Amino acid sequence: MPPNEKQLGLIINPISGIGGAVSLKGSDGTSIQERARALGAVPRAQERAGEALRPLLPFQGEFELITYPGEMGADAAIVCGFKPAVIGKITSGNTTAADTQRAAREMQAMDVDLLLFAGGDGTARDIASAIGTQTPVLGIPTGVKIYSAVYATNPRSAGELAALYLHGKAKELREAEVVDIDEEDVRQGVVSVILYGYLRIPFRRSLVQSLKSSSPPSEQYSTNAIAATIIEQMAPDWLYILGPGTTTRAITDRLGLAKTLIGVDVLQNHQILASDVTEKELLSLLNQHPAKIIVTPIGGQGYVFGRGNQQISAEVIRRVGKENIIVVSTKDKIVTLRGQPLLVDTGSSTVDKLLCGYVKVVTGYNEYTIYRISS
Amino acid sequence: MPSEEKQVGYPYIANSVPQVKEQMLREVEAESISELFEEIPDRLRLHRKMDLPQPFLSEYALRRHVEGVLAKNVSTQEVISFLGAGCYQHYVPAVCDEVNSRNEFLTAYSGRAYEDHGRFQALWEYQSLMGELLELDVVSLPTYDSYQAAATCLRMAARVTGRKELVICQPIDPAKLSKILDYCRPGLEIIVVKWDAETGLIDLAALERAISAKTAAVYFDNPNFLGAVEIQGEQIAELAHQQGILLVVGADPISLGILASPATYGADYVCGDIQPLGMHMSYGGGHAGYMATRDEERLVQEFPTRLVGISPTVVPGEYGFGEVAFERTSFMKREGGKEYLGTMSNLWAITAGVYLALMGPKGMTEIGQAIITRARHTMEQINTVRGVKAPYFPSAPFQEFVVNFDATGKSVAEINRALLAQGIFGGLDLTRSFPELGQSALYCVSEIHTLADIKRLVNALKGVV
Amino acid sequence: MNALDFLPEQIKDEKTTARFYHQAQWTERLIFELSQPGQRGVLVPEVEPEILAKDPDPLAALPDKLRRKQPPALPEVSQVHVLRHYLRLSQETLGAGLVPDFGMATSTMKYNPPINEQLARSPKLSELHPLQDERTVQGILEVIYRFEQILKEISGMARFSFQPRAGSHAIYTNASIVRAYHAARGEAERRDEVITTIFAHPSDAACPGTAGYKLITLYPEECGYPSLEAIRAAVSERTAALFITNPDDTGIFNPIIDKFVEVVHTAGGLCSYDQANANGLLGITRAADAGFDLCHFNLHKTFSTPHGSGGPGAGACGVTESLARYLPVPIVEFDGQKYYLDYDRPDSIGKVSSFYGMVSNILRAYAWAMSLGADGMREAAEVAVLNNNYLMKKILEIPGITAPYAEGKRRIEQVRYSIEELTKETGIHCLDFALRMADHAAHGFLSHHPFVVPEPLTLEPTESYSKTDIDEYAAAWSKVAAEARSQPELVKTAPHQSAVHQVTEHDPFEDPDHWAITWRAYQRKAKVRDASK
Repeated sequence: MPPNEKQLGLIINPISGIGGAVSLKGSDGTSIQERARALGAVPRAQERAGEALRPLLPFQGEFELITYPGEMGADAAIVCGFKPAVIGKITSGNTTAADTQRAAREMQAMDVDLLLFAGGDGTARDIASAIGTQTPVLGIPTGVKIYSAVYATNPRSAGELAALYLHGKAKELREAEVVDIDEEDVRQGVVSVILYGYLRIPFRRSLVQSLKSSSPPSEQYSTNAIAATIIEQMAPDWLYILGPGTTTRAITDRLGLAKTLIGVDVLQNHQILASDVTEKELLSLLNQHPAKIIVTPIGGQGYVFGRGNQQISAEVIRRVGKENIIVVSTKDKIVTLRGQPLLVDTGSSTVDKLLCGYVKVVTGYNEYTIYRISS
Repeated sequence: MPSEEKQVGYPYIANSVPQVKEQMLREVEAESISELFEEIPDRLRLHRKMDLPQPFLSEYALRRHVEGVLAKNVSTQEVISFLGAGCYQHYVPAVCDEVNSRNEFLTAYSGRAYEDHGRFQALWEYQSLMGELLELDVVSLPTYDSYQAAATCLRMAARVTGRKELVICQPIDPAKLSKILDYCRPGLEIIVVKWDAETGLIDLAALERAISAKTAAVYFDNPNFLGAVEIQGEQIAELAHQQGILLVVGADPISLGILASPATYGADYVCGDIQPLGMHMSYGGGHAGYMATRDEERLVQEFPTRLVGISPTVVPGEYGFGEVAFERTSFMKREGGKEYLGTMSNLWAITAGVYLALMGPKGMTEIGQAIITRARHTMEQINTVRGVKAPYFPSAPFQEFVVNFDATGKSVAEINRALLAQGIFGGLDLTRSFPELGQSALYCVSEIHTLADIKRLVNALKGVV
Repeated sequence: MNALDFLPEQIKDEKTTARFYHQAQWTERLIFELSQPGQRGVLVPEVEPEILAKDPDPLAALPDKLRRKQPPALPEVSQVHVLRHYLRLSQETLGAGLVPDFGMATSTMKYNPPINEQLARSPKLSELHPLQDERTVQGILEVIYRFEQILKEISGMARFSFQPRAGSHAIYTNASIVRAYHAARGEAERRDEVITTIFAHPSDAACPGTAGYKLITLYPEECGYPSLEAIRAAVSERTAALFITNPDDTGIFNPIIDKFVEVVHTAGGLCSYDQANANGLLGITRAADAGFDLCHFNLHKTFSTPHGSGGPGAGACGVTESLARYLPVPIVEFDGQKYYLDYDRPDSIGKVSSFYGMVSNILRAYAWAMSLGADGMREAAEVAVLNNNYLMKKILEIPGITAPYAEGKRRIEQVRYSIEELTKETGIHCLDFALRMADHAAHGFLSHHPFVVPEPLTLEPTESYSKTDIDEYAAAWSKVAAEARSQPELVKTAPHQSAVHQVTEHDPFEDPDHWAITWRAYQRKAKVRDASK
């Protein structure tokens, strides 16, 4: 293979989306799959993967398509007209999360330039846990659960974006949250979104400008600007309890520190005092120093407490005090809320109520918004 | 409703026809136009007709009225004017007016590089033509005027260096300084350095005392406000760069056919006004501020104004345009926002491009020589008038110079009044803005002043003093 | 996919009122490529021999370093070719004079009457030097003064300055005035926050930000404007001012704007009204009626001065009597007999621009106002609003297009639509739609960032255009929406009928090694690239 030739990895979760058509929420767990198949559900993953691959077909001579056997990718690729390089082994008809993870790891070891996957949040979660943010990944939405921010808007866009990325025309990558619902809760009527980690995804900005309006800040610019504001306001000896999220992580980045990916860290005097703390550890620290909490909305629904940062418990919040809670968020994130309020679910209805009302959110350098919190 | 009673068919309001309005109202299911305003509560309404002057409905009447008012003006076409001080009287080639009266350029705004391809190309060519004049690779689209250009370059310098002090060298237009103070005041400190009393040029020793490691930028104009060509540019650049300070120089573009671009003696930013390049004075309506710098990512990213870029398209020989560094990616310094962006002065940018294209290398050289030659001649001739001293400082001028009338016993105001009666606008009265110069005026000469004009001035002065 | 494939159908179909359009396409060379050594565009008046004889080397007085070594590397082009070149470029520019420019919304692209152009170019204005003796410029000073009186009546404010040269410039100036006001009370340090809304023009945030203020931006409720609760939560003893538009860029009027003003006043702040969207309000409601302390108008929007390919415009700042002392200096005054420039204003913020602002535009605006009068301006506002609501009715008939917020309510002079439903159905995004509209001789402004309204497209018809214009425009949208459904490829790869083919590379604009802002940079970098091949 010529040294410049790109490599595109493809992983299909063959059973993703199977539950949706027959109103079963999600398809994790063999019993759901059996129930779905029994109800006559047909997995749509192959079809959607095909839609995604089609825009790449004209360029197939320019890159190597690497995939897993049979229903995990090779079938869809061949049907579409590709001649993929097939790696790995599966038991056809009986693929599991372990196969997905193995496939992802193997493709990463081969240093693929981009990994396309067809699946839902469950698949995203599997890939994230296998390879983290080492390799750029892009999701072809096929699952029912697509709360994570790692997908293209539709299968065809995924293919187009992949093509642009391989041609070097969509160079920017950003980190996107991988979240997932606890499915059992959902079937019981409860939706709780959990932050699992991050994947790095390509995205494309518009080429066409008009010379009229100010350019929008990139996410990197925005989070950096927010971080600058926060750091400027940090008081000596105070504790700063940082919740998970790319926006909060920009604070530690700007200070040259390494933050735990999905855990809660504590800063003091521009240094990391404690990493990945538990509620107990937080409460102990609060005995010794005054503190502020810095959180950012997690997951598409805008939870600032209760999803992915449960270590910052109701008790911790009560002790710190509402006036010492700083919410940070990029403007783009606020816009995705579509006017819905930010949410809290601390486990204590009293504390939830305390937090409800309008809060000042840091959205840029010396830029704020006043936004509603609800429970 | 008052307007509906009148039933005037307004030429600018195509739908001011009752039948058409009715038809449209039916379609939007409203009984009357007032229903369309129902979201505006009563308490916020103006419940009377606006008390405005009677309009001139016919174009003839309007023209007659406006021309009648304007007739009260005496324009520089009717006299000989020696006024400069930031607004310059040069000849405007007919093609310049022809191009900026083209309705498409006049009425376009900010379409994209497809619908407005021509506009993009004209603007990119402006950048390029100025780039040759300035010997710099990065020229942004212009801002409002030289005041804003100076202020923005200074704030950019502050952002790039992360420092908070700005050192401004006299002599500078007090109005420009006032603007810089207003614009740079948020977060920045401004130190003004007085000029050398002997030469009227920058006092290097004073400058050296004023700068430090806290200084972001040093600013001076060349020629300076009092007309002299600053000859210490290289030393100033060295002083500045030694301490990591950026040098911002304001230069009149009409001089750059014969004077070296400040970029060649160390300026990091060059800025000024392009009004002399094809814009009528228009009582101050012809201004646009140019800004230019080196092609370094760090510097390019800081521009609040737009930068047009060029790219070949898929068709060989065809060029397309777009915006360079569109997305702000680097948030580096404490000063957060990169100022603001809005409507600026693009029609003048296009015009300046036309002007430079018409003039070409020979024209820019010739006009520079014509100006400096005439200015020196005028200065020398004025100096022959008893009691009049020109120039005030021994420094060489480009187009302007200070004339001092102390020994005549007359004030500048008196002299100018007398000149006015003879159809001459004398130089700008400097007595209030620069009292240390006594009874002095700033005289400006350009390529439009003939030998006869100059003789007339000198004779008039002889008669007046 | 060839756009010409579409042509026969279009001509055959009587019902389609969207006519075929192809932009002029000259594939015009760059001005540098037209250079021929020896050609001249215009000659400079020669210096008389008497002068030259006495001073053969005028630059001798200057040090060598200050003399230009080589003439600037400008192209040498004959006058014929310079004119031709720019005429062609103007043909490749979609000026608002050529089309009903609904798509350049928020900019109020109304008719720019040529009479005003001619008046502004009269030598009795164009040949005036701004520093002439006041006795010689009584005419133009009178125009400025009279126009101030007109704006005072339109807005209810006490005094105006025309020194700002654009709308954003005026907003910045108002922010400076706010700062001066609080400084006079010793509260400038404490009051460091400005409140605005996300639907206002970005300059309502960026200009106060440039002036040193922290920004608090409020988001809208379903009604289209923020809640009273939100603004109450936003004010504090740190509040310097509210900078707000009304209606916002969505066209939705905030009926409790005076209550907002009250909240801010109670907290000790000032209120500044960005009247960029005044075109639907002339004679109907005024800044003073809502209690504002400051306002500004864009003369190149509401008052018909041309946009000039991106300026020069003009901004007019209006203030209440108590703030007049802070206005930029000088102000035009009238003593009963003559007009004069008043510099004796010790509390003024100083100068914000050269001389007195963009005076030619003041003249154009004055002439426009004087051609309409109170009745005419009211008619302009009413027809602008009628046109907008009529257009809205037609646009909303197109499946897949909505006007989010304040559903079912009337809008003032513009509307921000969303094609999100169409996007979900077809994959066509708002930018694709706008670029396909370029094939129909239209601009397509989406929205300022961030896109609160998803997949936005904003339209502002103004009062200048006819019912037929509106019908044709809506038909064009309908056609593009239909194409999105039946021929998405065509829409996705638009424009097809423009002056130039698509630029498809990011590098020339994003990569410092590639980008070329000038011809000299382009040549230099091309050489480097060629050398490394």
